[in-house]
Amino acid sequence: MGLKPLLEMRFPVQGNDFIQAGEASSRIKRTLQQIGMESSLVRRAAIASYEAEMNIVIHAYHGELVLTIWPNLIEIVAADVGPGISDVALAMQEGYSTAPESVRQMGFGAGMGLPNMQKCADELLVETKVGEGTRVVIKINL
Amino acid sequence: MVPFFHSVRLDADKCKGCTNCIKHCPTEAIRVRAGKAHILEDRCVDCGVCIRVCPNHAKVVHTDPLTRCKEFAYNVALPAPALFGQFAELSEPGAVLDALLGLGFDEVFEVPLAADLVSQAMRRFLQERGPGPWISATCPAVVRLIQVRFPELIPNLITLESPMEVAGAIARQQAIRSTGLSADRIGVWFITPCPAKVTAIHQPEALAQSSVTGAIAVSQIYGDILKLLPRAGSARRRLQASGLGLGWGRAGGENVAVGIANHLAVDGIHNVIDLLEELEMGRLQDVSFLECQACTGGCVGGALTLENPFIARVRLRKLAAQLPQVCSLDLAAMEEEWGDVFSIKGEIVPRPMTPLATDMYSAIAKMERLEIIERRLPGLDCGACGAPNCRALAEDIVRGRAEEKDCVIRMREMWYTRPDMEKAKGAKP
Repeated sequence: MGLKPLLEMRFPVQGNDFIQAGEASSRIKRTLQQIGMESSLVRRAAIASYEAEMNIVIHAYHGELVLTIWPNLIEIVAADVGPGISDVALAMQEGYSTAPESVRQMGFGAGMGLPNMQKCADELLVETKVGEGTRVVIKINL
Repeated sequence: MVPFFHSVRLDADKCKGCTNCIKHCPTEAIRVRAGKAHILEDRCVDCGVCIRVCPNHAKVVHTDPLTRCKEFAYNVALPAPALFGQFAELSEPGAVLDALLGLGFDEVFEVPLAADLVSQAMRRFLQERGPGPWISATCPAVVRLIQVRFPELIPNLITLESPMEVAGAIARQQAIRSTGLSADRIGVWFITPCPAKVTAIHQPEALAQSSVTGAIAVSQIYGDILKLLPRAGSARRRLQASGLGLGWGRAGGENVAVGIANHLAVDGIHNVIDLLEELEMGRLQDVSFLECQACTGGCVGGALTLENPFIARVRLRKLAAQLPQVCSLDLAAMEEEWGDVFSIKGEIVPRPMTPLATDMYSAIAKMERLEIIERRLPGLDCGACGAPNCRALAEDIVRGRAEEKDCVIRMREMWYTRPDMEKAKGAKP
């Protein structure tokens, strides 16, 4: 892309930190609202980034969310250091989850993370390496 | 765009410019400038929190005095369910109706009775429309909140009018029929616990004109009613409403009255905001009916009530238990007689807060500046600058409504780092 990003913001996310979980996606939502993005775009970006953030909290050791606004799209990259996903196709299925029972009891890990991201995104890329980590790229066209 | 009507106003003489209202406002709609509070019109939802927290009673609500009845040939009072919970010695809710007639109203139409009808209409709506989640549109502050902060949830609103509006529409038609007067000679007055209802009367969301003429505050009329209560003795009038209709005055009462499984009730505007955030993020899939009340305790907690909301809530529950638990009126028969007074006919439109700039490029440039300024501010969120927190000040600065030196901490820093101060420090032996 020869274009220059208009805005870039980074938010660190800590694995297993359920107290702060959701703050990064809240800030992404507020930022997009204040910029004056259409409310439907804001909602899609907020849900996708929340799911990405929760995936890091539930499954990974640590990671970060990066919001980049390009002239033609909103891009959210969630990159983590973690166990990686051994079968991406399976993980994309609604209801499939590897979340531990303790996390499910908190109401998370219903196996809707990646499917929800897919629903909200115009383009979703998942790069993963077992034992190293995962990088999810969510693109929403403006 | 039509300027927003707000029932909540400032009495500038009483305002001391303290930080109570700015810190509590759920939509960050108040700033103190030049020692006085100012309401940002595009953000205010008339919830009334500022009225409750102001120690100087400088926030006032624009309501109608009882004397306005003189302008009309025939006057009908619409007592809100919450009114019945205000009186300690009330053994018979009908006595309140007697007292209102004693005050000079020609007729009384119970809003609890309209609530009974709206409960039936809601039950039918929910059965017809499927799982939802559906949000009740009967709390006007919540409707405005959704328009301002959650425009994506507007399609989830139940498009049924509030009991007040339904009561007004039926009462007005009944009065025309019984007196033969023209509509403009009939005054229909809501006895309101709530500033947002006043706004809903003067600037209804989806109606060209409300069926209600004006609103008289519960707190204004309380003393007058109280004086007439003992004299009324055993009530001549009996409440026609069921206990379920009366129960609408307290949080959760609407849920009970509508009687749909998978319901949820939330009260207190900050709690409502948290829950709507969850809903907007798609995290409330198993709830089909949501009752949201801006005031803690529901309408009995309205800013224009006098009794402690928890006491009023218990009292209302006891009164409701004495009444029949089934509504005496049939929805279909009422629709036949008075027409469709239940559906919201117009459109509820989004009212998003003003963005930093109208075009995306300058808005993003301002956002970057905002972030830089926010990092320079102390992060104490003290409110001394007149904005509720440091981020709001940073936002005001990039909007050109404030300056960095409005922050007392930054001001002190700037003072000590002036070139001449630095020189003076260096000159010390």
